[in-house]
Amino acid sequence: MKNVSRREFLKQSAAIGGGLTIGCGPLGVFAQKPDAGVELTAWVVVRPDDAIIIRYARSEMGQGSMTSAPMLVAEELECDWKRVKVEYASANASVKRKRAWGDMASVGSRTIRNSQEYLRKAGATARGMLVAAAAEQWKVPASECSAQNSFITHGPSKRRVSYGKVAEAASKLEPPKDVKLKDPKEWKLIGKPIKRIDIPDTVMGRQRYGIDTQLPGMLYAAIAQCPVFGGKVKAMDSSKVEGRRGIVKVLNMESFVAVVGDNWWRAKEALRDVHIDWDVGANGNASSASLMEFYRSGLDAKEDIAVARKDGDFDQAFGAGAKKLEAEYFTPYLAHSCMEPMGCTAVLKDGKVDVWTSTQNAEASLATAASAAGVPLENVEVHRTQLGGGFGRRGGAQDFVRQGVAIAKAMEGAPVKMLWSREEDTQHDFYRPASLIRMKAALDDSGNPTAWYSRVSATSIFSSLVRLPLKPPLAPAEGVDPQSVASIFDLPHSIPNVRVEYAQRNAYVPVGFWRTVGHSQNPFVRESFMDELAVAAGKDPFEYRRALLQKSPRDLGILEATAKAAGWGKPLASGVFRGIAETEGYGSYTCAVCELSVDKNGEVSIKRLVLGIDPGYAVNPDNILAQMQGSAVFMLTAMFWGEITLREGRVEQSNFHDYRMMRLREMPKVEMVLAPSGGFWGGVGEPGQASIAPAVCNAIFAATGKRVRSLPLKNHGFTLA
Amino acid sequence: MIELTVNGKKHTVDVEPEMPLLWVLRDVLDVKGPKFGCGIAQCGACTVHLNGEPVRSCSVPVSAAAGQKVLTIEGLAQRGQLHPVQKAWIDNEVPQCGYCQSGQIMTAVALLARNPSPSDKDIDAAMTNICRCGTYTRIRAAIHAAAKSPKSAKA
Repeated sequence: MKNVSRREFLKQSAAIGGGLTIGCGPLGVFAQKPDAGVELTAWVVVRPDDAIIIRYARSEMGQGSMTSAPMLVAEELECDWKRVKVEYASANASVKRKRAWGDMASVGSRTIRNSQEYLRKAGATARGMLVAAAAEQWKVPASECSAQNSFITHGPSKRRVSYGKVAEAASKLEPPKDVKLKDPKEWKLIGKPIKRIDIPDTVMGRQRYGIDTQLPGMLYAAIAQCPVFGGKVKAMDSSKVEGRRGIVKVLNMESFVAVVGDNWWRAKEALRDVHIDWDVGANGNASSASLMEFYRSGLDAKEDIAVARKDGDFDQAFGAGAKKLEAEYFTPYLAHSCMEPMGCTAVLKDGKVDVWTSTQNAEASLATAASAAGVPLENVEVHRTQLGGGFGRRGGAQDFVRQGVAIAKAMEGAPVKMLWSREEDTQHDFYRPASLIRMKAALDDSGNPTAWYSRVSATSIFSSLVRLPLKPPLAPAEGVDPQSVASIFDLPHSIPNVRVEYAQRNAYVPVGFWRTVGHSQNPFVRESFMDELAVAAGKDPFEYRRALLQKSPRDLGILEATAKAAGWGKPLASGVFRGIAETEGYGSYTCAVCELSVDKNGEVSIKRLVLGIDPGYAVNPDNILAQMQGSAVFMLTAMFWGEITLREGRVEQSNFHDYRMMRLREMPKVEMVLAPSGGFWGGVGEPGQASIAPAVCNAIFAATGKRVRSLPLKNHGFTLA
Repeated sequence: MIELTVNGKKHTVDVEPEMPLLWVLRDVLDVKGPKFGCGIAQCGACTVHLNGEPVRSCSVPVSAAAGQKVLTIEGLAQRGQLHPVQKAWIDNEVPQCGYCQSGQIMTAVALLARNPSPSDKDIDAAMTNICRCGTYTRIRAAIHAAAKSPKSAKA
């Protein structure tokens, strides 16, 4: 059975030191021996016993790509999926082999859409080499041979040979150039509900996360960072904890204090008794109110405004409108709250660094570790583990790696596992940016929109975190952060006069990518406002959108498919109301229809949430369903309760008692409408969230007449039943 | 010195009596199934059984477990046979990142042990563990599936 092969896999990968297991191999720099088996391409290794190793370069944080990416290789390789073992590609080898596996990041829902072509080609290339080797052995033309289920067959003579038998010979052949990929009609794996390969280990308690790293002689570190972002340690008094049981060292690391001990609990307890005098810097008086003023200055500013889109003449058309609408929308800062808090284990020895961390980007972790340790890239290995959630927190910002390696450097020679408390995790995040948006629109006599205006005032992730210049092609226009205006600047509706502006307001609160990023907030604004337009026009919100999307066939397609599946227009039970919203994001098209009732206490009871998605090709349908269910939880959590607020420069929330997560009893019924129209590859990890908030808020408007223009809903007296 | 039995094996640990059971399991005994999520008994990622009852081990001092039986996810399978709840979890493809799942599974096993056929309301009341990936629909389905499995009563 599969469990047996997984066990065998674990044993073997432990033996080779790479793979998925950690903590049982010998400590030391890159304890990786060459794979047992023959490498055909960087992605495919064939073992003599016909086991196929498919390498996986990106990360697994629950999004399922560690299964679906290898499926793409296996599809073209024509191998027996039951004998496939998946192994992480080494980040150190990537440095030495000039990025043989390309981008190693799992961010932006792009594992499949950005690597599908080279993964399928890697499979086809390896298959071509295996077929050529068999043909050479039989002295027949390769064109008379075919490959299926890890066997090569010579048609005329019916001779068969397994991949494992010819792999050695195949590895010596020149890889074929310009391999032909299968027609989607010929796919055998893609589109089938394939079981996720990592699930059995998880269920047996064997899955290893960064936090589970265990090394001989390992020390543990707990840290405290300045409660006001950007602050520094002014003075520190650790006399109370010196000589305390298990406490090895207290480190003043300038931007944080670390207590190193023989277990994490002792280190964390001692940290409370270290007196730290912080220099909080210039932001000790900042608050949510002062930040709001700062963002408001962006709405009113006359200068330094970047134009993200300009169609026609907004001012003229707005002036001539028969009906005019104006509104302001706000979405707050949000924390990631990965279930596994940030952490990093590192050892620096003999000029080399080994790092074990839950990372969304092993290459970025490697580069960060090299710079923190002051060693060349080739001298670092980042050992891969499963991630206890990522949601964008463990990709762009590698602060936890920088800290972990800095501590290891201070404790040179000893492995140290640094782990954050939940409080550190909540209060030292790179938050989903807050955003304040002014909207204006004009309608003509028949209610059609003639003019649309949006001014977004928000911190730019790209300029503040990634420090990239906001220029095309990264930016939609000079000075525009693409996340800040996502789904607004690319509004697909037929509106003749559109102006979208961006006021960059980089506050001191660190911001970063957060599952669905700009599409987690702007569709709420765009699709709620679209609803306001439909109401002002006296039209059905589905029909109103439908009319405006006639020139955008994919948007229209998912809108119609979802509305149909949800029974839009059919009578509802008394007291039940509907809302709808549609968005494109991460290359996929989504639509949400929500049916709900609201009682007199503001308790919102969601009866149905119908989520449509057109991802082009649907690689692993059951995993897409899982992602849509998960998207519903992530977005409902955010829209009902999610809000990071600041007071005296500090984040006010600290743990799950005051930063509320949705629980099982609140989970509504989610129905997925999977409508892959083919011809393109869209993401599935993030887009599902985009249409949910506006669909729910539009239904709340239908039920109560109350238009929600800021989140979370708890601030408007609404709770989730 | 504190004595406790973890997954059927006796251990003696020399730690402070107030050290939480979670950290004794993870850092002293190298039992990594129970996870750290919040440290204040909010999320349930650290759930283990203490004499058959589900507890949030981050908030149980090890002294409270002295001389008693602790069961973690690692001790759930018997003689190579997965527990029916584990099997249902695999059949229903429940986990995403999986970090909270050992706590979810231990909570579900305890629920089924005292209530072999829980209603949706019973599941709502018992399953208060946080899953950030949002696997709640599948957790519910897997608990119902495990309840129907003939072996679940022995849990």
